[in-house]
Amino acid sequence: MTPSINSLRSGKAIYLALGLLALALPYIITSKYLLHVVIMCYMYAIAIYGLNLILGYTGQLSLAHAGFYGIGAYTVGILTLKLHWSFWLALPAACILASLAGILVGLISLRLKSHYFTIFSLCVGLILFLTIEHWDSLTEGVRGLIGVPPPNPIPLPGGGSIVFTDLNAQYYLVLLCLVFTIFVMNRIINSMVGRTFMAIRNSEELASTIGINVFTSKLLSFVISAFFAGLAGALFAGYIRFLGPPMSHPNMTFEFLLMLLIGGQGTLAGPLVGALLVNTVTESLQFMQSYRYVVFGPFLILVVMFFPRGITGGYYSLKNRIRLKKQPRAAHKEAPPVLAADHAKTKSEELRG
Amino acid sequence: MTLILNTESLTKTFGGLSAVSTVDFNVQKGEIMAVIGPNGAGKSTFFNLISGFLPPSGGRIVFSEEEITGLPAHAVALKGIARTFQTTHLFPNSLVIDNLIIGNRLRTRMNFMDSIFKTSRARREERESLDNAREILDFVGLGEAASRPVDSISQEAKKRLAIGLALATRPRLLLLDEPAAGINFNETESLMHLINKIRDSGITVCLIEHKMKMVMNLADRITVLNYGMKIAEGTPGEIQSDLRVIEAYLGGNEVA
Repeated sequence: MTPSINSLRSGKAIYLALGLLALALPYIITSKYLLHVVIMCYMYAIAIYGLNLILGYTGQLSLAHAGFYGIGAYTVGILTLKLHWSFWLALPAACILASLAGILVGLISLRLKSHYFTIFSLCVGLILFLTIEHWDSLTEGVRGLIGVPPPNPIPLPGGGSIVFTDLNAQYYLVLLCLVFTIFVMNRIINSMVGRTFMAIRNSEELASTIGINVFTSKLLSFVISAFFAGLAGALFAGYIRFLGPPMSHPNMTFEFLLMLLIGGQGTLAGPLVGALLVNTVTESLQFMQSYRYVVFGPFLILVVMFFPRGITGGYYSLKNRIRLKKQPRAAHKEAPPVLAADHAKTKSEELRG
Repeated sequence: MTLILNTESLTKTFGGLSAVSTVDFNVQKGEIMAVIGPNGAGKSTFFNLISGFLPPSGGRIVFSEEEITGLPAHAVALKGIARTFQTTHLFPNSLVIDNLIIGNRLRTRMNFMDSIFKTSRARREERESLDNAREILDFVGLGEAASRPVDSISQEAKKRLAIGLALATRPRLLLLDEPAAGINFNETESLMHLINKIRDSGITVCLIEHKMKMVMNLADRITVLNYGMKIAEGTPGEIQSDLRVIEAYLGGNEVA
């Protein structure tokens, strides 16, 4: 076992504690409003995990993300409201449709590299938004889709049922999806598939000389990222129950991006940390209205300047530095195997998030 | 002797400039072939053509009796040609061993579903990739540095690691683009030792190099390029006494 693999097992206790906290949360915070904020954070986090895969791990900045989020939401909205599908069928349909859209967009846009791809994806995002805004007969245009039904009740074996007009039920549904997302992301980035993405992020040229098909790998990453954007959108539709075109506007992508950059791109915890932090701060700065961006702007600049890998990345490099300082100076000049392994451990933690 | 690689009138033009023109070149299985020539002679372009980084403007490339002309870089790698770059290319933000694990990617078949469900195929391939990386790391003499971050190892160790990454794809032909660039004399010795060791393990080596002493000691045969054309080919002894080569390096009137 290399340290890089061992390190995954460390900190299991922390994850367990966090998991229990998340499970008990509806009973800890009594304010419905606060619980609503947390639900929104989780939902955004799911979408941001998608963005993190394509940007943080594969190194491709896609600005079409909110478009896929919109596709997911409107798929659920239209299927349940107009065609009376069950939410539980509409949810996977939304994810699949978002992924299919991802394949189509990816096939064209990923032929471009770096910022050309980014600009192209911004245009795609705008086109998706405009389509949603102007396709009145399907999406009700600017009026929005009003009265999307909540997820259908799930009957329990002992009689009774889980009803999703209840905030707690919604919370657990979104939490379940978030856990699923983190589980999938963790498995992907700690496998050869994840290594392939990171190889492309580090150097497309080098990745292709070792036999990696850069285009198909990027496409895979892009489609998975669209899938999770679609999932987040679908949950949004079933929870908020009103859909307006602005949710799919590139502005939304920039909100996701802000949360990801602050939380830490290319780290596993980054999307969740970013979503929780930015949203709670946003909510507490509600009284400032749009002026709150005056707070966020400089803050984002500072984070990007001093913590290019966000708060999570910053935390790991700080931990690393403290650990190195604890060792006597002479020790790390000629790094003995123990220290080297130690150092490596934090390094790989940092890489894996 | 069997040919592993040959090119027939391989040509690459950029606009009106021909960087490589009508080069007939061949490498025998199991030898060390060196490509030399003055700066701007088209050596790196020549390597880029063989490894699929640039599509040729004309001519053919045949590898192990199979035409590979115009294949993209990753497909060429799958056929069994690996390369290194003039400037050391590595994945900088990871550990030494992590750099090599990914080198086995082209031998793995797992897709993202395998990684999500941790199928037996995924487990087996992850293990194989790690074993492969360990083996290569020992081969290039970096076994001790396995869990160190790449930015903490020496320039010479990075060169070895870059060669290791190419070897991790288990190639039949290895193209080395100036392996000794930027390292000192003593380190050149150990690098030569490594290149010989690679050849002895059954991998054919083709290298571009400017350090003549190294080339003359290492190569079985040498091809000389100048202005994109092949001006000479032969054993180190023949090349050293070849008038056209001397002219190309020292200047003088064009004779070729």
